[in-house]
Amino acid sequence: MIGRGHPWASLAPALGVIAVLFGGGLALGLAGSFGMGRGDGWSLEPWRAVLSEGRVWRSLALSLWIAFASTALACGLGLGAALLLRRRFPGQGLARLLFQINLTIPHAVGALGILWLLSQSGFAARLAGGAGLIDGPAGFPALTQDRFAIGIIAHYVWKEVPFIGLILLANMQSLGDDPEAAARSHGATPFAAMRLVLLPLLMPALIRAGAIVFAFSFGAWEVPVLLGQSAPPALPVLAWQRFTDPDLAARPEAMAIAMLIALVSALLIRAAFAGRR
Amino acid sequence: MSGRLRAALGLALIMALMAPLVPLGLWSVARGWFYPQILPDTWTLAPWAQAFAPRSDIPRALATTTGIALAAAALALALGIPAGRALGLYRFRGKALVELALLAPVIVPGIAVGLGIHGVFLRLGLTNSGLGVVLVHLVPTLPYVIFVMSGVFSNYDAEAEAQARSLGARPLQVLWHVMLPAIAPGVMVAGLFAFLVSWSQYILTLTIGGGRVVTLPLLLYAQAGAGRNDQAGVLAMLSLAPGLVILALVARQIGGRGMAFGGTR
Repeated sequence: MIGRGHPWASLAPALGVIAVLFGGGLALGLAGSFGMGRGDGWSLEPWRAVLSEGRVWRSLALSLWIAFASTALACGLGLGAALLLRRRFPGQGLARLLFQINLTIPHAVGALGILWLLSQSGFAARLAGGAGLIDGPAGFPALTQDRFAIGIIAHYVWKEVPFIGLILLANMQSLGDDPEAAARSHGATPFAAMRLVLLPLLMPALIRAGAIVFAFSFGAWEVPVLLGQSAPPALPVLAWQRFTDPDLAARPEAMAIAMLIALVSALLIRAAFAGRR
Repeated sequence: MSGRLRAALGLALIMALMAPLVPLGLWSVARGWFYPQILPDTWTLAPWAQAFAPRSDIPRALATTTGIALAAAALALALGIPAGRALGLYRFRGKALVELALLAPVIVPGIAVGLGIHGVFLRLGLTNSGLGVVLVHLVPTLPYVIFVMSGVFSNYDAEAEAQARSLGARPLQVLWHVMLPAIAPGVMVAGLFAFLVSWSQYILTLTIGGGRVVTLPLLLYAQAGAGRNDQAGVLAMLSLAPGLVILALVARQIGGRGMAFGGTR
């Protein structure tokens, strides 16, 4: 560290780009949600329409369900995977390398893979059929484009377990074995040492990583558009439908829904990241 | 837990993580692979031949995606290395606020800002163009490059620069002969992952490109939606390739934490 200084000249270009693109995008989205930029002043009408529409609330509830379920499962399984992979076993090195592959896979590719794996005529259904467990595609449970968004949640869990797991593994490595060993020497069982000593130490990292997973699974478009049912659609899908509606009057409503999505992520950032130092 | 139980659980974990890739890979070498066939009856390389035939859209999408990702990564590095140096080496008023401002674009979903950015770019004449898509990809890539470079610079010994200057080196020589060799591995990691993040974008590309800029993920959904599963399988395999190469290049160099932040979102 050089120390105190005013390195604003090196920061300015990057911050300027973020301010124009990200800040400008948010500002124009907000203005658009009040019907501005269309030549007839501003109005609360788009917000009134969006907030009084049952479809929007159902989509919001669905997206919150997807985000909560995906985050909880990814955190739980990610913790399990990290606990598994931190100790030596035959093939550990290879398992750790393969564990990282999902991080590099684009969401669109993963979502299509999940569709072809879990749909009623997909790979899993064919295996079940081959084993004589089902008579035909209709006998396989609807796991994609289903009411409970199981396919969508499966995708996020599949993609984010390695993300959570690797962050926790890195934290476990920097913590070392000492905290748990100390608890064990005072008579704690291995499980108690993990739950009462290791887990609280990992919690800050787990909360931040979980917030990133929540925000993504709440706001991504390409996953629910492929794996979700058509009514109600996830909130981002609904925003896009309004945005591309041939009736241009729907655009301010699309902006209002986009702002709702931004608001949820802003609350998350505040809860998980603000005041962390 | 015994070593054998761990190995069994580890195998189950890796198999679950690889499972969705199986049908994608099989479709890229199959013809008419439908229920109830577990493995394709007909194995063929025809989908690959067709994907690279003269009338296919795939080579063009491959070139478009590569070009956009290269340009976005280069721009993100050009802007992000100085900013990362500032955050890694200096303490200053408002630093926490700057970091929060850089974190926000990572967390806030693309569609929430994309629709507004579309309005900005419409006024600038940047919609439906490759340049507009490159610029909008800076939103997810630039913060990532800055965070990686900030970490690199916080372990960097700036004293060496002062020594080089006291020995008569000019500023550009210091930059080239002292700073660059020290940060080169970090620059490579940041650049490769910026490439990968841009490579994987969907909704920002669709919003700003307006369907005129066709990248691999967009073509993937278009082909799958049109029932061309064999072409979608080939597209999926092509989309996976750079990530696997990058993982092989950098997996040893950086720990899991670095990889985790390089994830594609």
